[in-house]
Amino acid sequence: MHWHNRDVISIRDFTREEIELIIAKAKHIQPSQTELADKVMASLFFEPSTRTQLSFNTAIQRLGGSVIGFSGAEGSSVVKGETLSDTIKVVEKYADLIVIRHSSEGSARLAADVASIPVINAGDGANQHPTQTLMDLYTIDACQGKLDGLSIGMVGDLKYGRTVHSLATALTRFSNIKLRLISPPNLRMPSSFLRELEEPVPYSETEQLDLRGLDIVYVTRIQRERFADIEEYEKVRNAYVLDKKACEQLKTSASILHPLPRVNEISTDVDALPQAKYFEQVRNGVPVRMALLHLILKGA
Amino acid sequence: MNEELKVSKIKNGTVIDHIRAGMAPMVLKILGVERGFPEGVVMAMNVRSRQIGFKDVVKLENQFIPDDFVKKIAIVAPQATVNTIKEYKLVQKKQVELPHDLYGILRCLNRHCITNSAERVPSHFTVESREPIGLRCHYCEGLVETDSVESLL
Repeated sequence: MHWHNRDVISIRDFTREEIELIIAKAKHIQPSQTELADKVMASLFFEPSTRTQLSFNTAIQRLGGSVIGFSGAEGSSVVKGETLSDTIKVVEKYADLIVIRHSSEGSARLAADVASIPVINAGDGANQHPTQTLMDLYTIDACQGKLDGLSIGMVGDLKYGRTVHSLATALTRFSNIKLRLISPPNLRMPSSFLRELEEPVPYSETEQLDLRGLDIVYVTRIQRERFADIEEYEKVRNAYVLDKKACEQLKTSASILHPLPRVNEISTDVDALPQAKYFEQVRNGVPVRMALLHLILKGA
Repeated sequence: MNEELKVSKIKNGTVIDHIRAGMAPMVLKILGVERGFPEGVVMAMNVRSRQIGFKDVVKLENQFIPDDFVKKIAIVAPQATVNTIKEYKLVQKKQVELPHDLYGILRCLNRHCITNSAERVPSHFTVESREPIGLRCHYCEGLVETDSVESLL
């Protein structure tokens, strides 16, 4: 397993063993002001982000490293017409690692192809957000004590939501997973992802918010910005609301996850339920990213 | 359809044989054969073939096919052979071959893909499956399967 200077672009690039190693390392990693003291992380957020950027910044600083970068394309030379490739070739002269978020799908892969230093994808359009998936898996493992033999329900926008696509791909690495895909008909998971699932992960599709028997309920926001037609959005925006009443169907051992931000798809009265794990999920972003940064900059 | 389809031999040019039945129009599209094409072209469809049941054949006078076009033909007609004819003689017979990576010869269908941005990155597809055909964009990871592969060309 090769970790030193490795790029992290897509969850497809990871084997089960590699995912398990990151989770194991994240469980035990401790803050240290010396581990990455000489390392500089370039944080290139061409699109603004709250959780992901702050989480990466926290992770590197907890290991003693420092951060340079910008948030929003207006803070970069892109406004002067510089290409992404040129920006990467410049930034690599200043930093030891690049974390990038960009609206174009495939931008992180391009950055990794161009850069001589490692690149971590912090979200490229609707494509991939591998560190989100790693923290989702970490949270599932923390809540359920395992990643095999689980019944997992995905609720909401399964068509455009990159987190559910990446998580579905990652679940093909594990055994005896059953997937229940709960969405309006026009927001079904794309057929190319369903075909990937077919053999390793048996799935069922339904429009009903049927949460019975699930170990994990992964809720996603229906994203207004994905709809060209606002009327189509209005039809589905309130398709699923997970409130206290709906949660009566849940097993006591079940866990509710959400990549956040939420709008109204999970009522605030659910937050106090023992099954609500989405804020814990956010907190887990830091140790997972600390583990990843350490593996990439120091090796396994 | 007759057992034997007689079309006159060409003096110089290319014969593309063993095209999967029904795919010859797609091969002509790849080669840019349309109204005003300067050379003679013959297309035969649903010809009986011992190897593949039924096949299509395309003959092009005075045209020799560059490698990038041969790779594209391999996407729609993976069993095709490209025969080069000079002075009525077969001088080269080549089985088309679909490489693992296709650089710069297809266009990604995803309008949000970096290859369709101002970045001017040449496209790059990897062949994920051959039968049926499945091509994945190296950048945006979009999977293109048989039913939409023609739109990439």
